[in-house]
Amino acid sequence: MRPAGLRLEQAPPIAVPFRFFLTAPAFLLAAAAVLAWAGPDALAWRGSPAALAATHFVTLGFMTMVMVGAMLQMLPVLAGAPVPHVRPAATLVHAGLALGTAALGLGFLFGQPVLMKAAAWLLGAAFAVFVAAAAAALGRAAVRNATVRGAAVAVASLVVTVALGLMLAATYGWGVPLANLAVRALHPAWGLLGWTGLLVAAVAFQVVPMFQMTPQYPPRMTRWFTAGAFTALVAWSLAAWYASGSPVDLALSLVLAAGYALFAVTTLVLQYRRRRRLPDATTAFWQLGMACALAACVGWAARLAAPDAPQALDVAIGVLALAGFAVSVIAGMLYKIVPFLAWFHLQASVGPRRAPHMKKILSDAAQRAHFGLHATAVALLLAAIVWPRPLVRVAGLALALSALVLLRNLLQAARRYRAEPAGGPDAGRTPAGRPIGQRQA
Amino acid sequence: MSRISEVMGRDHKACDDRLALAEAAAAEGNFARAAAELEAFAAALARHFRVEEEQLFPAFERHTGITDGPTEMMRVEHAEMRELLDQLRAAVGAADAAEFLGLADTLNVLMQQHNLKEEQVLYALLDEALLGEADELLAALASR
Repeated sequence: MRPAGLRLEQAPPIAVPFRFFLTAPAFLLAAAAVLAWAGPDALAWRGSPAALAATHFVTLGFMTMVMVGAMLQMLPVLAGAPVPHVRPAATLVHAGLALGTAALGLGFLFGQPVLMKAAAWLLGAAFAVFVAAAAAALGRAAVRNATVRGAAVAVASLVVTVALGLMLAATYGWGVPLANLAVRALHPAWGLLGWTGLLVAAVAFQVVPMFQMTPQYPPRMTRWFTAGAFTALVAWSLAAWYASGSPVDLALSLVLAAGYALFAVTTLVLQYRRRRRLPDATTAFWQLGMACALAACVGWAARLAAPDAPQALDVAIGVLALAGFAVSVIAGMLYKIVPFLAWFHLQASVGPRRAPHMKKILSDAAQRAHFGLHATAVALLLAAIVWPRPLVRVAGLALALSALVLLRNLLQAARRYRAEPAGGPDAGRTPAGRPIGQRQA
Repeated sequence: MSRISEVMGRDHKACDDRLALAEAAAAEGNFARAAAELEAFAAALARHFRVEEEQLFPAFERHTGITDGPTEMMRVEHAEMRELLDQLRAAVGAADAAEFLGLADTLNVLMQQHNLKEEQVLYALLDEALLGEADELLAALASR
């Protein structure tokens, strides 16, 4: 027994994940700017140009940006196998994702096919590189544990989401007619329930019991949720493609809504029973996120039961799922990952005695300030669906403020990391040749 | 027969709980209790490290022939945890709650990502490789 790729120390240089994390808040700010600029019309229906632009700034520019950066960081650690050529891969993926998302958002806003074409090429290339790198690491995994399986299924869902997105981009950019109208429903479902939902679940099964010291998830849920949700997603997609609106389509939609609602409720119950009672911004972000996930599932079930319900219900489901659920849990994770990585790399370079601990790198007060603003922005966005005339612009400004505070917090952590001169008096305590010991400029 | 990942994973949780108790005491400003809980945590941690460093890691190295791989990384992280433990002792001595909580949070995240690597990769491989020897290797965990 000698697993070829078993190297637990293969954490990539800190610059690999940080460039993704520091770019993400700028796209949240862009989404907020779109809402503030477009005003009341932005949230009138989910297909408005402003809504589509803001949605993709959030899903690609913020959510996927962080998820990709975190996966490049964590895959080698959890799979016990390095991502091949991680530095050039990160550079290409980061540039393609950032430029492609910008082109896509502007393409929606200004209805420019040439921007849509550019976005399709840039994003297609960025995801091709990312999926190849992730697949190579997962394929060489020393152990096929639950996290590795969850990550693999999430990446497979990303491939489906991108393929469906490229079909939609072909209609906008090249005028190619859609093969099937179901693509409009399948693309967001695979992005949200598959790529995002399955990755969050795989992460939650590990980190919720760990960081918040809650009881473990029920073994039946950790064993079956990923496979069950993925299978239901595939089955529902086939039903939506070949028999849209049929009882089978409806029943499978309800199964999916119930499954994700069960995951959200379970997480909330576990958090309620946590043994670590100290106030913690990550816990607050996750509680808000799971409450919004549950509300989005209830909203989706209501939409299935009442097909004639107003457009506003779709917009509300989108706000709850994106700003309420995904942005919250991602921000909560960033507040553990970023200070820890800064500390981890620092203590390897300047020595353990001189490395400032995590709360000196990023204070509780700074994290809590962001949580307050973010929760306010989510509440205002929901209220703006009902009262768009005065509130869409106000909600946009609140979201912008929240994005700016997140950016300030992350920049502060990065500055603290750089402020420490490398090679302090006890730097020699670090074992030689440890790859994570190299500081990045 | 005890599976290594189960027994050692349970012991991780027991160590986590000890640290959480020390943290809660420090948050209340009760430094006498925080010091006592911290020492209970330190004892549990030392016992856990001993089983790994004296029994499990050498067994892993014997079976795989890899001596500079994951086990070396785990030893380095053990040293980092001992260092943070020393700093926690200084903070509790100085009755500095903010310093203590910042260090405890850092140690907690370091331990959790360390535990994850051990439970998901290292112990899982040990379970496969050392099926017959598990009870013997883990005996040190039972004796105090």
